[in-house]
Amino acid sequence: MSTTTAVAVPPAAAKRRRRGLAPLEPVSVATKWALGLGFFVVFFAVWAVATLGGYVSPTFLASPITMAQEGWLLFTQYNFLYDIGMTVWRVFGGFILAAVVAVPLGIAMGAHKGVEAFFEPFVSFCRYLPASAFIPLLILWAGLGELQKLLVIFIGSVFQIVLMVAVTVGAARKDLVEAAYTLGANHTGIVRRVLIPGAAPEIAETLRLVLGWAWTYVIVAELIGSSSGIGHMITDSQALLNTGQIIFGIIVIGLIGLVSDFVFKALNRRLFAWSSL
Amino acid sequence: MSTKLSIQGVSRVFASPKGVKTQALTPVDFDVRENDFVTILGPSGCGKSTLLRIVAGLDQPTTGRVLLDGQPVDGPGADRGMVFQSYTLFPWLTIEQNIRFGLRERNMPEAQQKERADYFIAKVGLRGFEHHFPKQLSGGMQQRTAIARALANDPKIFLLDEPFGALDNQTRVLMQELLLGIWESAQKTVLFVTHDIDEAIFMANRVAVFSARPGRIKTELAVDLPHPRHYTIKTSPEFMDLKARLTEEIRAESMAAAEH
Repeated sequence: MSTTTAVAVPPAAAKRRRRGLAPLEPVSVATKWALGLGFFVVFFAVWAVATLGGYVSPTFLASPITMAQEGWLLFTQYNFLYDIGMTVWRVFGGFILAAVVAVPLGIAMGAHKGVEAFFEPFVSFCRYLPASAFIPLLILWAGLGELQKLLVIFIGSVFQIVLMVAVTVGAARKDLVEAAYTLGANHTGIVRRVLIPGAAPEIAETLRLVLGWAWTYVIVAELIGSSSGIGHMITDSQALLNTGQIIFGIIVIGLIGLVSDFVFKALNRRLFAWSSL
Repeated sequence: MSTKLSIQGVSRVFASPKGVKTQALTPVDFDVRENDFVTILGPSGCGKSTLLRIVAGLDQPTTGRVLLDGQPVDGPGADRGMVFQSYTLFPWLTIEQNIRFGLRERNMPEAQQKERADYFIAKVGLRGFEHHFPKQLSGGMQQRTAIARALANDPKIFLLDEPFGALDNQTRVLMQELLLGIWESAQKTVLFVTHDIDEAIFMANRVAVFSARPGRIKTELAVDLPHPRHYTIKTSPEFMDLKARLTEEIRAESMAAAEH
């Protein structure tokens, strides 16, 4: 009898402990932050041990401390803020240009099957053209100026946005469209008051995703024929074997990306509160 | 009373992409008089919803035509308000904005929109929920909003496609009383599709029984129960009588449908 009660207690405790491992079980906000930051800590620790412990040659990989020092130098002596500013402006300039063209076209394609049939094969083809492969051509056409950088981002983003927006709009709920018709909406009303508002949260999500990709294109654009920007700094540092500056540049890109993503997400949640109800 | 809606020889054949043809409706002739409340009763898949969708203009008949006030129906329009079985409120609009959707679409002045929306919000008992989003409401409340949204447009005929089919039994009974109350106070022509025999009798002046697919109207039955109707009427001998007759009719059709 006493043994059965002694045995009966642990399973209950074990069950509670195991719930954290259950699939799809949510974790608390505090745990989420702790886990998210935890990985950064682990990452830096491994890096520090590998470099400061002398396991990796400093020629190939700078230590976190060297990286921080180089980063400070970049800001104080090399006007790195200007480079960051240039890169950010190129990303957003090219991205906004792409969004302004692609979102309306995507909506038109999603809403009207004829428009979709006309553009879709061409856009699908273009989507697989690597933006970086256009750089030599764009230099030929647009020179080495800002226009060329913006065009690389534009080409890299525009086709992706068009296709994703078209799919989103085309997947509108048919029953809502029918309901709107029985309420007296005409074709324009369906597009403006059903298809667009219904697809808006997902369009915003698409833009957030593609903005992330735009960051990868901008660095490639700046690696070739550029005299400013984070990518340009990285190429310069490569010539000097300054891995500390390279890594610092990469981390800055990551941080800016993280912040812009966070802001974008928060904005979407605010604008489209209904979709996360 | 004059004929409001006239369904003349309406049939519907669906063709699959491979060319296989399915007859959903055999030619149907049916008239709905002004201010009549007609329920269409039939087993699932008998084509009764197809008929309603054709009246709404959401589907085209293969043969025949539908006349509303003598005018042929060509595509959907605000003169035929519809409530669907699925929840079709616009999730990005609040309850009030949903009810104003049709009014805005015809450019009614803002103040007048608000006034009309307020009136119908009160009518379906949703005061206090004007600024909620549909997802924050129960299924019953969402369907009440859908009813208000359709009625706010002041349609010539009110079409309902199993509007309470997804609701639990208690809510369904309350919704039936609510809708009947609205109909009793503001006379409207109503065409109501259902597979629930109690609902068909309780709501209607006239029940049209659909046969199994391919659908056609098999029997029509007048319901002469007095108004206003209270839910207790469902236990009256007259009601039971009608129910027994309709149960027999439907049973034959359900069995025919099961054999296919």
